[in-house]
Amino acid sequence: MDLFFFALFAFIAVICAINVVLQTHPIASALSLVGVMASLAILYLLLGGEFIAMAQIIVYAGAVMVLFIFVIMLLNAGSETASKPGSWFAKVAGIPLLALLFAMIAYFLGAQYPKSEMVQFGTLKDATGDSIGSAHSIGTAVFTTYLLPFEVTSVLILIAIIGAIVLARKELE
Amino acid sequence: MEFIVITLIKIAVVLAIFMTTLAYLQWVERKVIAHVQVRMGPSRVGPHGLLQPLADVIKLITKEGLMPPHANMFFYLLAPFLAVFMALISISIIPFGNQITLFGYTTWLQMTDLNVGLLFILAVSSMGVYGIALAGWSSNNKYSLLGGLRSSAQMISYEAQSGFYFGFLPKWTVFQGPFPQIFSFILFLIAAFAETNRVPFDLPEAENELVAGFHTEYSSMTFAAFFMAEYANMITVSCVATSLFLGGWQPLFPPGLGSDYVASLVFAIAGALCLYHGLNPARKLDRYTLPVFAVVFFGLALIFAIPAVQIALVSVFWFCAKAGFLLFVFIWVRATLPRFRYDQLMGFAWKFMFPASLLNLLVTAFLVAITS
Amino acid sequence: MSGLTALQGGVPVSWYLLLSAILFVIGVSGFILRRNIITVFMSIELMLNAVNLSFVTFSYQLKQVSGHIYAFFVMVVAAAEAAVGLAIILTVFKNRQTLNIDEISTLKN
Repeated sequence: MDLFFFALFAFIAVICAINVVLQTHPIASALSLVGVMASLAILYLLLGGEFIAMAQIIVYAGAVMVLFIFVIMLLNAGSETASKPGSWFAKVAGIPLLALLFAMIAYFLGAQYPKSEMVQFGTLKDATGDSIGSAHSIGTAVFTTYLLPFEVTSVLILIAIIGAIVLARKELE
Repeated sequence: MEFIVITLIKIAVVLAIFMTTLAYLQWVERKVIAHVQVRMGPSRVGPHGLLQPLADVIKLITKEGLMPPHANMFFYLLAPFLAVFMALISISIIPFGNQITLFGYTTWLQMTDLNVGLLFILAVSSMGVYGIALAGWSSNNKYSLLGGLRSSAQMISYEAQSGFYFGFLPKWTVFQGPFPQIFSFILFLIAAFAETNRVPFDLPEAENELVAGFHTEYSSMTFAAFFMAEYANMITVSCVATSLFLGGWQPLFPPGLGSDYVASLVFAIAGALCLYHGLNPARKLDRYTLPVFAVVFFGLALIFAIPAVQIALVSVFWFCAKAGFLLFVFIWVRATLPRFRYDQLMGFAWKFMFPASLLNLLVTAFLVAITS
Repeated sequence: MSGLTALQGGVPVSWYLLLSAILFVIGVSGFILRRNIITVFMSIELMLNAVNLSFVTFSYQLKQVSGHIYAFFVMVVAAAEAAVGLAIILTVFKNRQTLNIDEISTLKN
C-alpha cells in the first residue's frame, strides 16, 4: 500500500514539476506548482510528518501560491513570447549539464545510504510510542530547543511585511 | 478490511444526509428570510414549497450551459470542481456523535480521526480560495476578475486570523476553560461569515454589486456547483463552531436530568403544532398536508423515546440541533444586516479583528499559565 | 522477484531522496532556462520544496523531530521571501513594463 501511494504521488509530483518548467502561461505553471506541493504534502503524510503536511498546505499551497496567483492576475501576465535568440551555450549544453548535476546529487545521496530503511506509514514513533511528527511534538521542540530560531523568524517575518508594504505601495507625490 | 467497510458505510450515510441538508438549507433560508420580511416565500411547489429545491435542481440541470468564448476552458471547468471538492472534503473529520456500538462494531460517528484535525480544516479552507480566484480569472471578464480577486483577498484575510480564535481547546464549551470563551466564539463567527462570503461580507458576490462577482459567467450546473460549495462551507463552519465552542454532541444538561428525552419532547411539540394548524388551516391545502407532517413528527418522537435508539442517536440530535441553531443565526443575520463596503470590510479585518484575536490569544494563554 | 516482495514492507528511504533530487534538478532547469521572471521565482520555490522533502526524509531515517523543524523554518522563510520577491517583481513591472528578464538588463555594459 505504501508503495502504491508513493509511486502515485511521486509520479504526480514529477509530472507537475516538469509542467511548471514547460508551460508558457504563468498561471498554468503556478497551478502545476500547487499540484507539486499537494502531492508533496501527501508524501510527508506517508513519512509520518502530519504537522508538516498540514503546514505545507496551509502556508505554501494555500498562502504563498495564492500570493503568486494574485500577482500574476494583477500584472495580467500573458503567455511568454519567444525572446531574441538565447545563448547557444544554454541550448547545447543545458540538458547534459543538468543530467550531470542530477548524477552528482544522486551519487552523493545514494552512496551515503547503501542500506536504507523502509518507510512505512505510521511508524514514526519515539521511545514512548508517541508520534514524532505530531503537532504536540513539534510544538514542544519549537518552544524549548528551537526557541531562538522561532523568535528570530518572527522578526524576519516582520521585516518581510514592512519591506513588502513599502515596495508595493503607491508613491506619495 | 472491516475498517474499510465501516468507513464506506459512514461516507454513504454522511454524504446522503449532507446533500439533502444542502438542498433543504436553501429552502429554509428562503422561508426564514421571507417570514422576516413579512411575506411567504416559496409556497407553490409542493406543500409549503418543500419541493422547491427539486424544482431548482431540475431548472439548473436543464438550463443551457453557456461557455464564454474566450475563456480558458480548462481552468473555467476546474474552478467549480475545486470549490465543491474542498467544501465536501472538510466534512470528513467532524464528529457527529458519540462512540456507538452497532452489531458488535464499535466506531466513532466521525469519518476519520486525525490528530491534526483542526489544521486539516484550515488547510482545506485555504485551498478553497483557489476555486474562487480561478473562477474569477478564467472567465475572461473584468467584473469576474475583480469580484474573484476581492473575494479571495477577503477569504484569505479572515482565514489568516482564524488560527487565533481557537483559544484554549481542551475544554469544549464556551463557558468552561479559564474564562468564558465567548469572545473567541464571537470572533470566530464573524470570521466564519467572512470566510463563507455571507452577509454582511458578501459584497464580492451580491446580486446587485459587480454584476454577480466571480460567478458572473457561470450558468446551469457550474453555477449550482458554486452555490452548493457556499452552502456546504456554511454547514461545515457551523459544525466546526459547534464542535469547538458549543460542546459538540454533548447534551446541554447531563442525562441524569432527562436530557435524553429532549429530542422526543421537541418532536412531540412540533407534531402538536402541526396538528393544531392542520385542524385550523390557514390555507386550503393545509387541511391535508399538515396532519401528515404531524403524524411524521409524532412517529419521530416515539422513535427517539426508545432507549436502544437513544444511545445511538441522541448525540447526533444534540449536534444537529446546535449546528442548526448556528445555521439559523447565519440566515437571520442575512435577513437583518446591510452589507459592508469592501474597504470597510478589509479595514475591519486587519485593524480590528487581527489585534483583537491576538489579544484574546495572549490573555487566554496567560490565564492558562496562571491557573495550571 | 524477491526484491519486489521485499518492498511489501514499505518504500526504501533512498527512493524519497531520489525524488527530492529529481525535483531539485527540475527546479534548477526552470531557473536557468526560463525567461519569465515569475516562472523563475516559481522554480526557486520548487527547489525549496525538494529540499524540504529531503529534510523530512532524513528526519524519518534518524527518528528525530529536528528534520521537521528545519523543514518548517524553511517554509516560513520561503513565505517571507516570496512576499518580498513578489513586491520587487511588482515594482520592476511598474518601472519596466516587462516581465522578461532578458529585457531588464540596463546594468549590463
